[in-house]
Amino acid sequence: MSYTPTEMMTIAAARAIRNDDVCFVGIGMPSAACNLARLTHAPGVTLIYESGTIGTKPDVLPLSIGDGELCDTSVTTVSVPEMFRYWLQGGRISVGFLGAAQLDKFGNINTTVVGGDYHNPKVRLPGGGGAPEIATSCGEIFIVMKQTNRGFVENIDFITSLGHGKTGKEREELGVKTKGPSRLTTDLCIFETDPATKEFIVTSIHPGVTREQIQENTGWTVRFADQVIETPEPTAIELDALRALNERTAKAHAGK
Amino acid sequence: MAKFVSLKEAIAENVFDGNVIAMEGFTHLIPHAAAHEVIRQNKKDLTLIRMTPDLIYDQLIGMGCAKKIIFSWGGNPGVGSLRRLRDAYEKSWPHKLEIEEHSHAAMANAYEAGAAGLPCAIFRGYLGAQLEEVNPNIKRVECPFTGEKLAAIPSIQPDVAIIHAQKANKNGDVLIEGIVGVQKEAILAAKRAIVTVEEIVDDFDDVHINACVLPSWTVKSIAVVQGGAHPSYAMGYYERDNAFYKNWDPIASDRDAFLTWMKENVLEVGPEIFAQRVADKKKEK
Repeated sequence: MSYTPTEMMTIAAARAIRNDDVCFVGIGMPSAACNLARLTHAPGVTLIYESGTIGTKPDVLPLSIGDGELCDTSVTTVSVPEMFRYWLQGGRISVGFLGAAQLDKFGNINTTVVGGDYHNPKVRLPGGGGAPEIATSCGEIFIVMKQTNRGFVENIDFITSLGHGKTGKEREELGVKTKGPSRLTTDLCIFETDPATKEFIVTSIHPGVTREQIQENTGWTVRFADQVIETPEPTAIELDALRALNERTAKAHAGK
Repeated sequence: MAKFVSLKEAIAENVFDGNVIAMEGFTHLIPHAAAHEVIRQNKKDLTLIRMTPDLIYDQLIGMGCAKKIIFSWGGNPGVGSLRRLRDAYEKSWPHKLEIEEHSHAAMANAYEAGAAGLPCAIFRGYLGAQLEEVNPNIKRVECPFTGEKLAAIPSIQPDVAIIHAQKANKNGDVLIEGIVGVQKEAILAAKRAIVTVEEIVDDFDDVHINACVLPSWTVKSIAVVQGGAHPSYAMGYYERDNAFYKNWDPIASDRDAFLTWMKENVLEVGPEIFAQRVADKKKEK
């Protein structure tokens, strides 16, 4: 079965979700990966969206973080202050699943400004939303993002959400007890965090992708693990589930 | 006690130039019709607070009503940028816009602190996040018991809070169901509260005892506006108009297209138009 790089990325990201995870889900690619996991190998996963919906099982992917579908299919829906205080800050979430506009090798995320400085940016992005506290309050952070050397940079312009800081030691220095970014899935490969230096290292390369391609699309010097495996190709079950989900979603969001 | 009035009266009696206003609704129940009335009444120099400015503040900003916004995520959900917000902030069109930026956790805590009558919100936040370097309203306090350094920001206590809700009863109590966001906190934190509702029913006898009900005496003015959240949604009444959110992008990308749209769809019409906008999005109750 043939498949696109985006499909490979979504499926590879979904595979990291465990059946007993409680997952704080960002909109877009993270939401696609988390729901694919729920529809395939992790039917018991608890998906939480910051709009307050807990244990939601949407039939189509939401366009916004608060689509009615998320509330209709949830175990319970709580207020937004309760969501951030009791559930996130309270330490009840095992995985935070985030995307980024700009990312560095320590998993620090920028979704605020690109170019110039904060007060006079070249491009003003939407901002952090829930991410600054998701990044430090969830047990660990998975990131999913298309790999380009515009997005994967040596120095990000603004740290919206903390990864492992500028040196890899900042979490400890700030007294942050959670693990931080542990996995980064792209359309080319999977990075995991080196336990010693806290930098991302490539541990799995998607079929047909070369090491040169990975480096060309990364703004920092890429490190490869001693043992790099080839990412298993998408299975028919995974591809069928993803395509059916995307088809239902496109139909639901088209103009009515 | 809440007073039943027209939307025009509700805005005219409560919203004044220079006010600090929170129009809340987290994706769900966004009070679009009320914002359009604010635009028609040409209110100026407003400080607009909202976690997600969304299309509602994009429109108010583009029409020159806003002096400053306080927010935590300024995008068009699932679509991209808020073009009018960016044009105002980056190019001062139609005039300069100040921003004060926070995280969602910070704003949710600040609304809750406002409702609780506290001067500030304290939470475990902004760790290693650079907003703390650029926003002077983010400070640190030390827990007197453990020594932990926690984040503090001022509580939100607006002059006016405006929300849209499913229904009010004849007594003026207000019911919100579904994604309830920060609306209860915004109403209780504000000096004056305006609520638009889909309908008025006789009583809430069939409503669960723990439902999110704002007693009549916490609200100043109630106006019935069917469809008043469109293109947002009202659970049990009509669905979110996702196509509208997508179609907004090209309109908001161009100053003239934006002004033409606002003239035809806001300035030259009244709140009764909202019922038509949701007519084909109704769900069985």
